[in-house]
Amino acid sequence: MLIYILRRILTMIPTLLIISMLVFVIIQLPPGDYLESYIAELQSQGESVNEEKIQYLRKEYGLDKSMPEQYWTWMTGMLQGDFGYSFEYDLPVNEVVGDRLILTVLISIVTILFTWLIAFPIGIYSATHQYSWGDYGLSFLGFIGLATPNFLLALVMLYLANVYFGTSIGGLMAPEYIDAPWSWAKVKDILAHLWIPVVVIGTSGTAGMIRRIRANLLDELQKQYVTTGRAKGLPPGKLMRKYPLRIAMNFFVADVGNLLPQVISGAEIVAVVMSLPTTGPMLLDALQSQDMYLAGSFLMFLAVLTVVGVLVSDLALAALDPRVRLQGADR
Amino acid sequence: MPKCIFEVSSISQVNLDNPLLQVENLSVDFNIHGGTIQAVRDINFSISRGETVALVGESGSGKSVTAQAILGILPKIASISQGSINFADPQQDNRIIDIAKLDRDSAGMRSIRGGSISIIFQEPMTSLSPVHTIGDQISEALFLHRPFSHSEGMDATRAMLQQVGFPDPARAMKMYPFELSGGLRQRAMIAMAMVCHPALLIADEPTTALDVTVQARILQLINELQSALNMAVLIITHDLGVVANVADRVVVMYHGQITESGPVDTIFSNPGHPYLQALLNSVPRFDMTPDERLTPVREANYTIDNMLDPGSNAQQLIGEPHLIVQGVGKSFGIRKTGLFGIGAVNRVVAVEDVSFQINRGDSFGLVGESGCGKTTLSKMLMLATPPDSGSIEYRSAEGETIDLLALEGQPLIDFRQRMQLVFQDPFSSLNPRMTVFDILREPLIIHNIGDDDYQREWAQSLIRLVGLDPRFLSRYPHSFSGGQRQRIGIARALALKPKLLICDEPVSALDVSIQAQILNLLKDLQQELGLTYLFISHNLGVIHYIADRIAVMCRGNIVEMASRDQLFANPMHPYTRSLLAAVPHPDPTKPLDFDALRNAGLSDPANWPDKFRPDADSGTQFLDIGNGHRVRTRQSVAHSDLV
Repeated sequence: MLIYILRRILTMIPTLLIISMLVFVIIQLPPGDYLESYIAELQSQGESVNEEKIQYLRKEYGLDKSMPEQYWTWMTGMLQGDFGYSFEYDLPVNEVVGDRLILTVLISIVTILFTWLIAFPIGIYSATHQYSWGDYGLSFLGFIGLATPNFLLALVMLYLANVYFGTSIGGLMAPEYIDAPWSWAKVKDILAHLWIPVVVIGTSGTAGMIRRIRANLLDELQKQYVTTGRAKGLPPGKLMRKYPLRIAMNFFVADVGNLLPQVISGAEIVAVVMSLPTTGPMLLDALQSQDMYLAGSFLMFLAVLTVVGVLVSDLALAALDPRVRLQGADR
Repeated sequence: MPKCIFEVSSISQVNLDNPLLQVENLSVDFNIHGGTIQAVRDINFSISRGETVALVGESGSGKSVTAQAILGILPKIASISQGSINFADPQQDNRIIDIAKLDRDSAGMRSIRGGSISIIFQEPMTSLSPVHTIGDQISEALFLHRPFSHSEGMDATRAMLQQVGFPDPARAMKMYPFELSGGLRQRAMIAMAMVCHPALLIADEPTTALDVTVQARILQLINELQSALNMAVLIITHDLGVVANVADRVVVMYHGQITESGPVDTIFSNPGHPYLQALLNSVPRFDMTPDERLTPVREANYTIDNMLDPGSNAQQLIGEPHLIVQGVGKSFGIRKTGLFGIGAVNRVVAVEDVSFQINRGDSFGLVGESGCGKTTLSKMLMLATPPDSGSIEYRSAEGETIDLLALEGQPLIDFRQRMQLVFQDPFSSLNPRMTVFDILREPLIIHNIGDDDYQREWAQSLIRLVGLDPRFLSRYPHSFSGGQRQRIGIARALALKPKLLICDEPVSALDVSIQAQILNLLKDLQQELGLTYLFISHNLGVIHYIADRIAVMCRGNIVEMASRDQLFANPMHPYTRSLLAAVPHPDPTKPLDFDALRNAGLSDPANWPDKFRPDADSGTQFLDIGNGHRVRTRQSVAHSDLV
């Protein structure tokens, strides 16, 4: 088992290296670089372009070097915690991203917890009361949730929240806290604002999760070992928790790896609509203006989350299911 | 044996006159899509203390539903519409409880379920949870029903595992079901059912999924535990051989009704109801004469038309060599992965060194228990898996010899028309999204035979050939029963007019009466079409009925090969003998010799006598003892040593 974990961690290194190369190449794929789009922008505004300054900047940022050289600088920098320099903001990437990353992680985690809290009881109820009115009703609600585009839901919620609860439109905190240092009042204000984006981002995920829990549990409930448990005289609740639910958890655990990147990337459009101070809108901007180090760092961040998430779900699966733990290593 | 922690149920003297379980006028309904189906109709029977009652019938006869009603585990769509199930619960001073009136999930029902009545299911792999240890699953039943402390419960569980024959109970406690063989899993299941020392054990097809030698040992185990614990057993089975060996009384069910019941001797010697007579006549027996036919409950009425003419020279060629297999072997590598994915490779030998010859018009039987390599062998013959060594040759009707292992590309595709396969599972071997017509036509399309009209006509001939109505061609497989689907499978195998048919356990998933029907069909088709069969089965009765020559396989080797009569009259190899001894006969006057089976374990070459056991220095030989009867022995053994 220890060897398995060790091997999994070691294989993460080449995986991430390859991802970083791909990310770098993809960012470089559009013709030109940041400076060219910068020049184009200046010209379109009718300003003159200082050729000397451009040359200076190009040298300063290392844009005149070959691609492998640029990649090497970026990659080794990241290992030391230096994610490069954002042209657009004229600041190191670290400082640009800072708070946004924390808020993104906060929203994502709360969204995931929200999804689980709602989806599990409903999924279990739907499976155990298959084809009842409750099941139909909840399934109907779930399909509405699944079918409604997130951004539309965001607009509706913003309107309703403003009209009925008087919460300010958009954002994650009241305007006065935006550039204020962290304080207890700021945290409380964020929490008060948090529920709208969480509901908006989490709704379709919750609806999907309900369907998956219901389907998996229904499969397991048909199995013979459930009958064996009943034949032993187990009370229904305990039977449910110990056998089918436990085995239906497998799919759920295997899903954890996809969850983080899904929530984060799914939230981007919502974040634009609701002007949330998360990483989503910034990534879009950075990609548009070819702010390569900023965009690259975001993409790497997502890649690391995915790889770590998959590792965590694999380890959890091995802990949960002896078939994975005891047979998997021999394959 | 470790000391039993609790007393065998203290039987009080009250109420001992009435039976342990009395089923009266019981009917069970299934509510499906607005209508109701009566699965069980007005049945009556009783079980006394310590008695074994067998409930016999085909699938769909309502026997499992009856068991579920007794345990209160009927599916949600089923309900008891009338009648009573009176159970004198020894845990409650033999107070009589009507199970039919109890709510399924009530505390009263739950204390009976598992505590006083328990059940063993057919399929030992799926009836145990894959993610909980054996010890956990067995002790759970104990803690639910008996006031035991944790350590007492664990001790009792270990003792129970020992009693059902686990060699190392302490280790078994921590093992998971997938780490055990089929036989051991069923033992674990039995331990789970027995750990509370129930008054009634329901065994629902407890040995159907097991090999014949394992089956004999499991039946013996149930027998021993029954007398040790003074427990009643309700055994549900379609295998009349099992019934004759274990039952005191027999209850026969047909279409939800009891057609007949009585003591086992009377039932077998003097079956009253035509259904039971028909059922008894459809079981293959070892004492059948070569020309005797099985009489299925329903015969398949097939018609052979002239499109199927086997060709004028087919009859002359009978007896010529057809398929020659020489020294074929196959092993599989199991890779042990180390830190960097590279590691030692363990090789498991599936087939070691197999040689045989099938002649034209033969029906060659291959018998062996699960894991002996017979399916791997059939895959190699079908050219689905390449063998590691050896050769496979095919002689065509024109006399040319084809080296099958050298075939590739178009010649290989062309060759496949001559050899076809009938599969074991009639449910998963037909594509549910294709109509029967498409299924039968697909081989013709692949091999580019005939135009649309020809293919349609041919499909109609084929479906009539297996005794089905051409109107069925437009239906999908799900609308057919298991036996009908197997007939469609046979029709598909015959679509290309093959000369050689490999039948891999074609009847093991079917009821006995359907089995007889399919076997008769296969026999007749062979006669009429001049086919050659390689018939693989674990059922010696079936092999005896269908095969002329038989090879017995064990651990990847053929240990004995002879004509049917020689093999059954004079088996030489200890493994063959143990197989034959373990077959339960549908005749109470010929019971299994449980004492002889006790020290068996002859599936493992290590337990064979010296003459047969391969040793490290010298290999084995395939000794011919006359008339083509061959036995695998050590090199040094001569014919005279065996007599």
